[in-house]
Amino acid sequence: MATTTATPLDTEAEAKAAKKKKEPKAPFNERWLDKKGWVRRFPLLPALVFTIILTQIPFIATLIISFMNWQANYPNEIFFGTLNNYVTVFTDPALRSSVFFTVVLTVTVVVVSLALGLGISLLLNRSFLGRGAVRTMMIAPFLIVPVAAALLWKHAIYNPVYGLLNGMLTLIFGQNAPQPDWITDFPRFAIEVQLIWYWTPFMTLILLAGLQSRPGDILEAANVDGANPWQTFRFITMPHMRRYLELGGLLGSIYVIQTFDTVYVMTAGSLGTANLPYTVYETLYSAQDYGLASAQGVVVVIFSIAIATFLLRTVSTLFEEA
Amino acid sequence: MTTAVAPAPSKSAAQRKRSSARGPSMGSRRGNVIAGIAAWAIGILFIFPVFYMVLTSLHSEPNASTNPPSFFAPLTLQGYKEFFGASSGASPWPPLINSATASIVSTILVIVLAIPAAYALAVKPIKKWTDAMFFFLSTKMLPAVAGLLPLYIFAKYLGLLDNINYLLILYTAMNLPIAVWMMRSFLADIPVELFEAAAVDGAGLVRTLRSIIVPIISPGIAATALICFIFAWNELLLANTLTSVIAGTAPVFLTSFITSQGLFLAKVCAAATVVSLPVIIAGFAAQDKLVQGLSLGAVK
Repeated sequence: MATTTATPLDTEAEAKAAKKKKEPKAPFNERWLDKKGWVRRFPLLPALVFTIILTQIPFIATLIISFMNWQANYPNEIFFGTLNNYVTVFTDPALRSSVFFTVVLTVTVVVVSLALGLGISLLLNRSFLGRGAVRTMMIAPFLIVPVAAALLWKHAIYNPVYGLLNGMLTLIFGQNAPQPDWITDFPRFAIEVQLIWYWTPFMTLILLAGLQSRPGDILEAANVDGANPWQTFRFITMPHMRRYLELGGLLGSIYVIQTFDTVYVMTAGSLGTANLPYTVYETLYSAQDYGLASAQGVVVVIFSIAIATFLLRTVSTLFEEA
Repeated sequence: MTTAVAPAPSKSAAQRKRSSARGPSMGSRRGNVIAGIAAWAIGILFIFPVFYMVLTSLHSEPNASTNPPSFFAPLTLQGYKEFFGASSGASPWPPLINSATASIVSTILVIVLAIPAAYALAVKPIKKWTDAMFFFLSTKMLPAVAGLLPLYIFAKYLGLLDNINYLLILYTAMNLPIAVWMMRSFLADIPVELFEAAAVDGAGLVRTLRSIIVPIISPGIAATALICFIFAWNELLLANTLTSVIAGTAPVFLTSFITSQGLFLAKVCAAATVVSLPVIIAGFAAQDKLVQGLSLGAVK
């Protein structure tokens, strides 16, 4: 987040500096004693100070510790000034696999739930009997506590002996039906499906809000001009929806890249399903290697910054249109 | 974000009515029937695991673990009794109370901090209010793992591990950006004339907040509070790292069900249902504002 968080502050500082240069006569203390300004700023300060203390300072500490050799079990070998943690992050094959799986997981879950969400929101945007009820049903997965949802899928759905999936196979194909051990045989797939189930409602809601905000007069004009449904979709709906797809995709990525609960519950990171947040937790909790855990955390942040930069751009477009 | 791209709910309802009356461009009547059937099928598919969870929680253990599933087995509350410690003696109440404490207190703190902040960003905006907004947003994109380690070490050396107050302070920081964004979008909708009238009548900040802002945006405050409550209630990573026996929350308690323990499916489903219940209630109560909260106020 270093850059993103710094940007507003930097620009502010730069703007101030520029202002100072332009009007060298404006005395410094006049700006600081500007009572009106502080009356305006005051209500913001508690929230701002609170947020800075609890989010920025820990991150700076993470950054510093990532350059330290610090393992809880070796208290005599703590020192600052090493790149070893980063070397480990990028050379350890297990860690490389967790970086890779994080990317695969995030992309798969976000793309599939976006596509499903688009289809479902297009259906929900039409008028049919019980539309409100279906909308409510679609939200339900999102209202199950993530740990509970992961437990539900692990034990009640994927379990090879008494899980719902194999039960349905038996019900349909009889006693000789195949009974795969879903989590062991398809660990990554099992996690992805559970997360897609959880995130599709989120995408559906955002995209539905987008569909319902299409300008009615333009749709009407297209209709009067004899546009067929496909043309309306292609030339009016899709361009309008682009921003909502971006927003859903990027927000989804930010949330999915942080997935911890599902991995922790379903596989405990085994079978190649350890993603970065889980790995950081493991390194911190089991290996007690603080330096390495911090370096891994920094890598997650760098990924997030890349996504966040796009997201900030999208949100600011929505913001400026208002 | 003042009005965002989306129209107000009432307008979209009118628009929907119009579009359904308009016909062709929204699809024919037969198209609507087909879409309706497809939507119902997908809706059922998505809610089915939830339905199955509740159903299984009401079955006896032997009936819960059959293959093929016994959908029509007699209902019993045995799973719930087991979850509440009938035979194991491990009561889920302390973790549930810890979760309630952390979620409710942090939500109150969030609202108390967010309303004045939103006021300074919407009503009488400071000069760089967009920068401040984006600062809050950017902290939301900072993954929890980025600060996990220092928060853990800090707690370890100050004896704050396994302390629910420490956790609730962190939940406050976690939810504050969402609340600031949401509250700002609600505040920006209040007509400026109201504040001008209040200023003419000599109302100060506190009085304006109390007699004008809070009454008008109380539905918005409720929605924001419900969403912050859900996020705090759901949180596992911080709770699992920073708490254990004393201050463990309900999600931490649920992790004791990760490994199978014989016939325990009804108990697991009862546990998942009980722990999810507050979120289900809060989620349906905030249904209309859910998108706005999840998109940090970007979509209305």
